[in-house]
Amino acid sequence: MIETVAKTALYVNENLLIRRNRIQPEEGCEDRGRICVVTGAHGDELEGQFVCYELIRRINAEKEKLRGTVDIYPALNPLGMDTGVRTVPVLDTDFNHMFPGSEDGTMMEKVISKIVDSLKGAEVIVDVHASDTFVKEIPQARISEEFEDMMVPYARQLDVDLIWINAATAVHESSLAYSMCKLGVPALILEMGLGNRINREYGEQVVEGILHLMHKLSLWEGSDYPVKEPRIIRNEDICFIRASESGFFMPLIENDTHVTKGTLLGEMINPMLGEKIYEVRAECAGRLFTLREHPLAYEGALIGRILKDEKEKTS
Amino acid sequence: MREEIIYSMKAPYREDFRIKGYSFGKGMKSACILGPIRGNEIQQMYICSQLVKALRELERNGCIINNKEIMVVPCINYYSMNVGRKFWPVDNTDINRVFPGSDYESTSSRIADGLLKTIRDYSYGIQFASFYLNGEFVPHVRMMETGYQNTSLANLFGLPYVVVRKPQPIDKKTLNYNWQNEMTAAFSVYTNSNDHIDEKSAKQAVAAVLRFLTRMGLIKYESHSGYISHIIKEEELSNIATTKSGIFKRFIETGEEIRYGQELGCVIDPCLGDVREVIVADTEGIVFFSHTEPLVNEGDVVYRLIHRLHE
Repeated sequence: MIETVAKTALYVNENLLIRRNRIQPEEGCEDRGRICVVTGAHGDELEGQFVCYELIRRINAEKEKLRGTVDIYPALNPLGMDTGVRTVPVLDTDFNHMFPGSEDGTMMEKVISKIVDSLKGAEVIVDVHASDTFVKEIPQARISEEFEDMMVPYARQLDVDLIWINAATAVHESSLAYSMCKLGVPALILEMGLGNRINREYGEQVVEGILHLMHKLSLWEGSDYPVKEPRIIRNEDICFIRASESGFFMPLIENDTHVTKGTLLGEMINPMLGEKIYEVRAECAGRLFTLREHPLAYEGALIGRILKDEKEKTS
Repeated sequence: MREEIIYSMKAPYREDFRIKGYSFGKGMKSACILGPIRGNEIQQMYICSQLVKALRELERNGCIINNKEIMVVPCINYYSMNVGRKFWPVDNTDINRVFPGSDYESTSSRIADGLLKTIRDYSYGIQFASFYLNGEFVPHVRMMETGYQNTSLANLFGLPYVVVRKPQPIDKKTLNYNWQNEMTAAFSVYTNSNDHIDEKSAKQAVAAVLRFLTRMGLIKYESHSGYISHIIKEEELSNIATTKSGIFKRFIETGEEIRYGQELGCVIDPCLGDVREVIVADTEGIVFFSHTEPLVNEGDVVYRLIHRLHE
């Protein structure tokens, strides 16, 4: 059932609609609780679109085994998605920096406040993101350190490769996930893939993780899937590789590869002079889990992240 | 006047990014005045340029007090300004949302870090900033309620209002909040406009800063004593929002006093031309903010009023 969570009139002949698809157990079946899957806060992140489609498709295929309510919000920022921009058009503001909103604030703050109200009471909220247009990520959960104890047990069920505690840029205080946790509603971020792209393999992995989590929460008795044991990481477990000089980054390696210290990751080049500015090499041994896709890189731009090997971490 | 590069970075195809600071006097780092962090803050840059001009003349006349140093940074984010963008052009990040920054993180974070390291030693910090809502404000000084804020000092600008804002999560990454945390007495000064020059409020802002510098004993300058500022807590402002969308017609100017029940504006059907809504004041007071764009959404805040204040 498609429901409108927030509606407000735009300038001319159009309403902004924030909608969700509510799927409930068949008549006569017990409804044991509610899970919310939200995505599309950033208009350039499309990975969640396949997750919504595939999750609904799989639930509907075994609808008689659903034991709880599933609310799917495919586009929190529909205008951003329609225009392919990360922020809210006109306002030019990051939608995920405006939580928890306000009932008597600006138009968008009111909309966000209604979204927040609609999410209250859920057993858990999974907020699906897709990195940005600059770097590619492997599937991972991101959790604020403040809510680590509450959220790690949920994240473990999601078949992610990593659970990153306190990835500050994702779970900052004005984000949906942080705000909902603050209100006592468990919420986490699932990050994967690349902006403006959809990776079917990652999408299927995430959907199976969500179904497994629903199984654990007794909301689903349909197909269950085994999940891997994720590694729980913090900033000190990660080697951040950033551009030391501006140029164009040409990768020479695939993301999600194990590297040793000194492995050549790519080259920073100067097209004007036809020169290699420098070679980008791994500064530690471990799993390369983030890699730059957008070639232009100013000094400081993120080139990659390596999850240090356990041995490396202790040495 | 001494010109110095306070932060620089190389770019593949553009001239190096160089933030320039202009210093007056020598000695204790006393006051630092900052212009645009966002590319649409043209008025803010204009005000800073006029301050550089005024301080240059004061320095020539020996009016900078001994052992006091004042720095003006007229434009931080000119890279965005030159390409018509509001935020950092490469990745569209808002530099005013990445403070305090870090020298090992993203490009915008490095710029924030480099800037803050240069300016944090100054006793007084003045930033010409912009608000995220498009519209017009009564000129005022704005401060975050960090526990370090000092409204008595803010009063010395002699502007009509000082606004104290309780920091929301979104504010904790701004320059003002982090500058105060560095123990600089930091103020944000807002004038009427951003992307166009409003000469009247620009002059008022220049006069307010020179008045403040005089009162803090940094320059010798004779100026009008200005206003005794009215202190407002931001949460006490009354918001007036539309209930319909369409074309917005404003009947009242920013700064005007209004009465209960007065018509403040209307919303017109963009296709049929009929008045969809007449916006009526639900309180009396002074118009602190007004929406200046020709179009409105349903629920847009079109006025913010200082409740029950009279001229």
